[in-house]
Amino acid sequence: MNAVHVLLYFIMSLAAFSVCGMMAMWVDRKVTARLQFRVGPPWYQNFADFAKLAGKETLIPGKASIFMFVFAPVIAVTAAAMCGAVLLLVFRTGFGFPGDVILLLYLLTVPSLAIILGGSSSGNVLASVGISREMKLLLGYELPFACALIIPAVRSGATTSLVEILRFQQANGITLGSISGVIGFLIAVFALQGKIGLVPFDLAEAEGELAGGAFIEYSGILLGLFKLAKAILLIVGPLFVVTLYFGGINFSSVTGVIAGILKYLLILVLFVLVKNTNPRLRIDQALKFYWGWMTLFGIIGILLAVKGL
Amino acid sequence: MAEDKKKKVIVPIGPYHPLLEEPEFFALYCDGEKVVDVDWQAGYNHRAIEKLSEAKHWDQVTFLVERICGICSTSHPFAYCNAVEDLLGASVPERARYIRCIIGELERIHSHLLWVGLAGHFLGYNTVFMWAWKYREPVLDMFEIITGNRNHYAMFKIGGVRRNIEEEDMPALRRVLKGLKVQLEMLTHAVLDDPVLGARLKGVGVLTKEHIKNFGAVGPVARASGIGGDIRKDDPYAAYPMLDFKVITAEHGDVFDKAVVRLLEMFESIKIIEQSLDAIEGKGGDIQTEIRDIPPGEGIGRHEAPRGECFHYIKSDGTNRPVRHKIRAPSYTNIPTFKASCIGQMIPDVAIILAGVDPCYCCTERVAVYDAGNKKKQMYDFSRLVEMSRQKTEKIKKEI
Repeated sequence: MNAVHVLLYFIMSLAAFSVCGMMAMWVDRKVTARLQFRVGPPWYQNFADFAKLAGKETLIPGKASIFMFVFAPVIAVTAAAMCGAVLLLVFRTGFGFPGDVILLLYLLTVPSLAIILGGSSSGNVLASVGISREMKLLLGYELPFACALIIPAVRSGATTSLVEILRFQQANGITLGSISGVIGFLIAVFALQGKIGLVPFDLAEAEGELAGGAFIEYSGILLGLFKLAKAILLIVGPLFVVTLYFGGINFSSVTGVIAGILKYLLILVLFVLVKNTNPRLRIDQALKFYWGWMTLFGIIGILLAVKGL
Repeated sequence: MAEDKKKKVIVPIGPYHPLLEEPEFFALYCDGEKVVDVDWQAGYNHRAIEKLSEAKHWDQVTFLVERICGICSTSHPFAYCNAVEDLLGASVPERARYIRCIIGELERIHSHLLWVGLAGHFLGYNTVFMWAWKYREPVLDMFEIITGNRNHYAMFKIGGVRRNIEEEDMPALRRVLKGLKVQLEMLTHAVLDDPVLGARLKGVGVLTKEHIKNFGAVGPVARASGIGGDIRKDDPYAAYPMLDFKVITAEHGDVFDKAVVRLLEMFESIKIIEQSLDAIEGKGGDIQTEIRDIPPGEGIGRHEAPRGECFHYIKSDGTNRPVRHKIRAPSYTNIPTFKASCIGQMIPDVAIILAGVDPCYCCTERVAVYDAGNKKKQMYDFSRLVEMSRQKTEKIKKEI
C-alpha cells in the first residue's frame, strides 16, 4: 500500500461510515419518536439535514480564534473516521499490530478534544461552561472505558492487539459469555454513552440550559461536520465494543454481516433505551457515577478476568 | 456584594433562550458552575393591558384579559368577572357557576401537564415531555367539545358563561375524563418513582415556609413548602363551596415537591369536574343573568389560577368603561423567590429551579425605562411613579 492507496482507503471508509452513521442516527431518531408517540423522520432525514447545513451560511464569531474554530470540526470527523478505517481493516483483512486497542482508545478521545477546542475558541460564555463540562466528563468516562478495554485484553492472554483478541474469541467463545465480559460490556456501553454525548450524559450540549453548549456558535457546514462526527462515533464506538466483546463482524459471508448488524443494533437499542428513560445528570452526579460505581465494577471485572472468569 | 459580582462570569439565560418561552433575562453570576447571584430583568414585551382595559367597555375587557396569558387564559376572565360581580353584588346562576368551575379545573389540568412536560424537557427527559403533552391532548379536546376552542375559550361573561354544556356532550366528557385519569396515574407514577429524576430534583431549590412568607409566594410554590393557601378554600367563589376537594400540600419545598403538588392536584381537579358534571346533568337552568349597567364603585375578584392567586381590581365611575383595572398575576410574587432558592446552586439546578415555579412572564411584565441618553435601564419604583403622577396632576390643573 502506498500513500495514495492509504488516502483512497481512508476516504472510502469515511464515506461508508458517514452513510452508516447517519442511518444509525435515523434508527435512533425513529425509535425515540415511536417511544414518544411521534411518527419520526423519514430515513433520509439526516442526509437532508446535512445537505441543508452544508448549504447554509457559516458564521464565525468576531471573538473567535478562526483557525481553531474552523479546524476543530474537521479534526473531529477525521479522528472518528480514522477509528472506523482501523476497525474495518481489522475486520476485512485481519491486518493489525500490537497496541491498536490503545490507538483506538486515543482516537476515540480526539472528537471530544476537538469539541473542547472548538468550543473554547468560539469565545462564548455558554460554550465555555459546556466545554468545562465536556472536559470533566472526558476525565470521568475514560477511566471506566479503559477498564472495559483491559478486561478483554486480559482475558485474551494479555494482548493489546485487536486481531489477537478476535482470534481468542473465535477459539474460546465471545468475551460476553463470561461474568467479567458482561460487566465490561455494560461499562463500555455506559462510557460510550458519555463519549457520544447522549442523554443522560449530554451535559456539554444541554440544550435546555446551555442552548447547545460548545456548539452554540457553530453554524453551517462546521456544525454539520460536528454532527457528522457524532454520527460516525455512534457507529464506530459500538463496533469497537462488538470487536472486543462480540467476536467482531465476519465480512466473508452474508450471514456473518447480518449477524454483525444485529450485534450492532443490540448496542444501539441499549443506547436508545437508556437515553429515553433518563433525565440529564448533573456533572457531579455523572462523575460520581463514572468514578464510583463504574470504576469499581471495572476493577472487579479486571480481577475476575485475571482469574479467568 | 457589588464588588464581588463584577469579578464573576455572567451566564445569560435570556432574553431569547430555549429554557424560557418568553423574553426575559436572567443574569447568573457564576463562579465555575456555582451560581453566586442572580439578577432578573423583564420588560421586553410589555403590552399595557391595564391601560388598554380603560379604553374598552366592560364586556370587551373579558376578552382582553383572556389574552394576557395563553396558558391560564381562563384565570384572568374568571378573576375579572368575580371583580365586576363583586362590584355589582350580582349573583350568578348555579349552572353557570358549575360550568365556570369545570373550565377553571380543566385549565388547571392542562397547565400542570404542560409544566410537567416542560420540566422534563429542561432536564433532557424528552420522553416525559412528549408523554405529558400527549395526555394533555384529551383535555384540549374536552375544551373543544365544551367551548369550541382548544385555547382562549371565550367562556366567561359578566353575570355567567357564554355557552352551555349540552346534555348530549356529557357522556363524551365523562369518557374522556375516565381515560385521562388512568393516563395521569401512569404518568404520576412514572415521574415520582423515577430514581434518576429524584436524584436531580430532591433537595434542589428548597424554599422554606419563612421564604414563602417573605416573598409572598402563592399557589403550588407555597403549597410545596407546606403553606396551604388556596383561594378556592380560603375565599370560596363560584361553585367551590359546594364541591368536595382537598388542598394538596407537601413538606420540603424543593422542585420535586412542586412536581408532587402539581401532579396530585390534577386528580383533585378531576374530582371537582366529575362532581360538577354530576351536579348539572339533567338539571337545566339559566347560564347567565342579564346585567345592564355597572354602577360607580370598586370591586375585587380573585381566582386560584394554576400558578396561584390571580387578583383583579376594578373601579367604575358609572360609565361603560372601567376607570381603573389593576391586575396581579401569581408569577409576580413567585418569580422573585429565585433570590432565595437559586443562590449557591449549580447552573443545571438553577435552570430547573427557575422553571420550577412555573413562571409566566407575560402576566408579570412590568415597564422598564430605557434612557437613551446615558444608556441606562431602570425600573421605576413606587415612590417615583407617585411623584410622576403628582407632577402630571399639577400640570393638568394648571392647564384647566
